[in-house]
Amino acid sequence: MPPRLELRNITKSYPGIIANDDISMSIMPGEIHAVLGENGAGKSTLMKIIYGAAQADSGEIFCDGKPVAAHTPATSRALGIEMVYQHFALFESVTVVENIALAVSSTFDLDALARQITELSNRYGMPIDPHRRVHDLSVGERQRVEIVRCLLQAPKLLILDEPTSVLTPQAVVKLFETLRQLASEGCSIVYISHKLDEVQELCDTATVLRNGKVTGTARPKESTSAQLARMMVGAELPEMHVSPSVPSDKPVLEVRGLTAPARDQYGVELKNVSFEVRGGEIVGLAGVSGNGQAELISLLSGERTHPNALAIQIDGKAAAHLNASERRKLGMAFVPEERLGRGAVPPHALWQNAVLTAHRAGLVRNGLVDRKQASSFAAGIIERFKVKANGPQSIAQSLSGGNLQKFIVGREIALEPKLFLVAQPTWGVDVGAAAFIRQTIVDLSRSGAAVLVISEELDELFEICDRLLVICQGQVSPPLIRTKTNREEIGLLMTRVDRGNGSNGRAEVAIQD
Amino acid sequence: MAAPVIATGLTLLVGSLLFAVLGYDPLATLQAFFIAPLNSLNGLSEWLLKASPLILIACGLAVGFRANVWNIGAEGQLIIGAIAACGVGLFYPDPDSILLLPLMFFAGAIAGMAWAAIPAFLRARMNTNEILVTLMLTYIATLLLSWLVHGPWRDPAGFNYPQTALLSAAAMFEPFDYAYRLNASVFITVVAVFLMWLFTDRSFLGYKMSVSGAAPLAARYAGFRESAAVWTGLLAGGAAAGIAGMAEVSGPLGQLSPQISPGYGFAAIIVAFIGRLNAFGIVLGGLLMSLLFLGGEAVQMNLGLSAALTRIFQGILLFFLLAADFFIFYRLRRIPEHA
Ligand SMILES: Nc1ncnc2c1ncn2[C@@H]1O[C@H](COP(=O)(O)OP(=O)(O)OP(=O)(O)O)[C@@H](O)[C@H]1O
Ligand SMILES: [Mg+2]
Repeated sequence: MPPRLELRNITKSYPGIIANDDISMSIMPGEIHAVLGENGAGKSTLMKIIYGAAQADSGEIFCDGKPVAAHTPATSRALGIEMVYQHFALFESVTVVENIALAVSSTFDLDALARQITELSNRYGMPIDPHRRVHDLSVGERQRVEIVRCLLQAPKLLILDEPTSVLTPQAVVKLFETLRQLASEGCSIVYISHKLDEVQELCDTATVLRNGKVTGTARPKESTSAQLARMMVGAELPEMHVSPSVPSDKPVLEVRGLTAPARDQYGVELKNVSFEVRGGEIVGLAGVSGNGQAELISLLSGERTHPNALAIQIDGKAAAHLNASERRKLGMAFVPEERLGRGAVPPHALWQNAVLTAHRAGLVRNGLVDRKQASSFAAGIIERFKVKANGPQSIAQSLSGGNLQKFIVGREIALEPKLFLVAQPTWGVDVGAAAFIRQTIVDLSRSGAAVLVISEELDELFEICDRLLVICQGQVSPPLIRTKTNREEIGLLMTRVDRGNGSNGRAEVAIQD
Repeated sequence: MAAPVIATGLTLLVGSLLFAVLGYDPLATLQAFFIAPLNSLNGLSEWLLKASPLILIACGLAVGFRANVWNIGAEGQLIIGAIAACGVGLFYPDPDSILLLPLMFFAGAIAGMAWAAIPAFLRARMNTNEILVTLMLTYIATLLLSWLVHGPWRDPAGFNYPQTALLSAAAMFEPFDYAYRLNASVFITVVAVFLMWLFTDRSFLGYKMSVSGAAPLAARYAGFRESAAVWTGLLAGGAAAGIAGMAEVSGPLGQLSPQISPGYGFAAIIVAFIGRLNAFGIVLGGLLMSLLFLGGEAVQMNLGLSAALTRIFQGILLFFLLAADFFIFYRLRRIPEHA
């Protein structure tokens, strides 16, 4: 039997970097194959080449033994190849079902397609409402749309580029069941993830890339995650040091009775949210995506303002009515969950993206941008956070996902904030860099900053947080001390059923059991 | 860099065909269109005279366009600027004061900005569409001008022509040579080009506007006010157009009449895009557009081509230029049929 997919000597270079260097590998029908590697190792590039979204400089691709020449995503789909991009490729201004119809294109019966989507997505534990507009969806919801789009096609080869980065643990379990089912029916799966436990659970074989080259293969089920990590990073992972926290007397962030209407009919209303974060401690906000995190974070960051100025206080000053820039003046810094388009301007160079929030740190003088300062500021971040980029001149959208994330986190931490808000800090970041980012966040807090981490990854929250909050249907639980709670308690709070209004569509999305 | 070359080549080809089919000698026509107008000192003077307002206005408009603020009413802002400047020139108590010209300059700039402030206010406060408002205000400005020159401001000694009295010498820019019309106002454009470059390329405010244009969510994330981009964009366009209007009355016109602009305000939109919204490109775009104006007039007078035909030819060139630009950024590909 010929392999489902065979790559021979694939090479692709971008200006200043060889993203894929002479890569060969093959995947049999029904095989679940992991591609592992550090940020910037060339994984996404290779996947785009397989899918036809990018063209290799040299090398050959065979599908079921037949050469694939000069293909595009459309011809790939015709061959039965589907891909979930790391940075989603959805049309923002139209609805979910219209997006999917564009990719499926065989049918324009939107009603039937919408029914199919609802049915399939519920079956796979990734409920989505086919009639919502994509620009209203959270990152987690968009990821569900991408996955459901691919599953609708009954593919022969499915490429998943970090599909679980923002899925809930429950949805991941369902997804894995589905993928195993697909594989048993003969579909081959290429799976990219930085979460090694997932890889061990799911994948039969793995190819490891480093600096664009294949550096080894592995059988994940027979290896430990430490072994896999060493193959990827080429070194042992650093140990985390979490020293005990010494919280300040006064809270740095104080939220009192924050109530806010939903942004739109699909948003979540925040109900009487109160909590505080003190200097020197890390507070985690756990919750299933779509339970009001987006609303809360935009109100905390100042992207949305609130008429009751006292509902949010930063460092003792009323702040709810201030915009993001004014809150930053009070010592706030913020890492949003979307890195492209929100945390960074995609077509701008890194030095320009440094100016975005670091303009107060001496990068602007007499109303003029000081390019030298901005470049050296960006170069500092690139060096300290080991961002793989061609230097401050690199365009943000040319960076690999994890490297842009490192840059944004680095930029915000370099501002030495008093209050640090961070959503999904290690989303898409490789194990080595994730450990470094977590350590830096811990160090930041121990030097006196108040840190609020919003994450769906309970492991991450348990590793670094001192106290935990849980958000569910727009309500925030009282704080739990990390050492006095456990995953089960948090998990229960995350999916708490509010029996009173459990019948509307909102609750369906929020509850996943 | 390939885009302009391809576009020019295509235009010459299609244009030659067009002329040949209609019985004109293509080579002679093209020569009369592009080369003859620049063959004399007077031609050069006219070329720069017409390019100057186009470049000036395009610079102002591009500031807004970069932040997705679509001011298409520069024509109206130009007219209002011209009215205000001329009003100062006519009614200032001392018609020989050396203060007159500077005063008219500021009157033109402020009036243009005030006219652009209306759509800015409406967009920033009530989120109205600035494309519609700026365009509508252009009609109002045109009618206001018409009413003034037919009514209250009509020159009593002007044999009932709908025009104002001529401005005094102190209210006019001095031509470099009295044989030609080109005057010192071109220096305003030179300064504007430099300021535009400084603003968009170096200044923090210009940086914020480019963020607003490229990624509105990132602008909100950083706390850059959208309303600041709207105000800056519209006021920059309004000021530039108002000054251009002033330079017209204080330059080639010397008075107001119902028709004071051959559509500079609209043509400048195209100039801004041909120049890809950057200062240097706008200079080239303005020179080209001005040459098209001159060449069009020249072939009408010398070869008897109809006005419609010259406009078609101008349209073809601009169309190819903008289309070539578009296809450089977006490649069309045939997608095989499937499913
Ligand atoms: N369009 C592009 N222009 C220039 N360089 C690029 C482009 N796309 C990718 N690169 C570079 O190619 C290298 C590989 O990128 P790629 O996205 O494949 O990494 P990755 O393995 O997917 O990393 P991550 O785990 O962070 O997603 C990176 O150094 C990146 O900067
Ligand atoms: Mg990637």
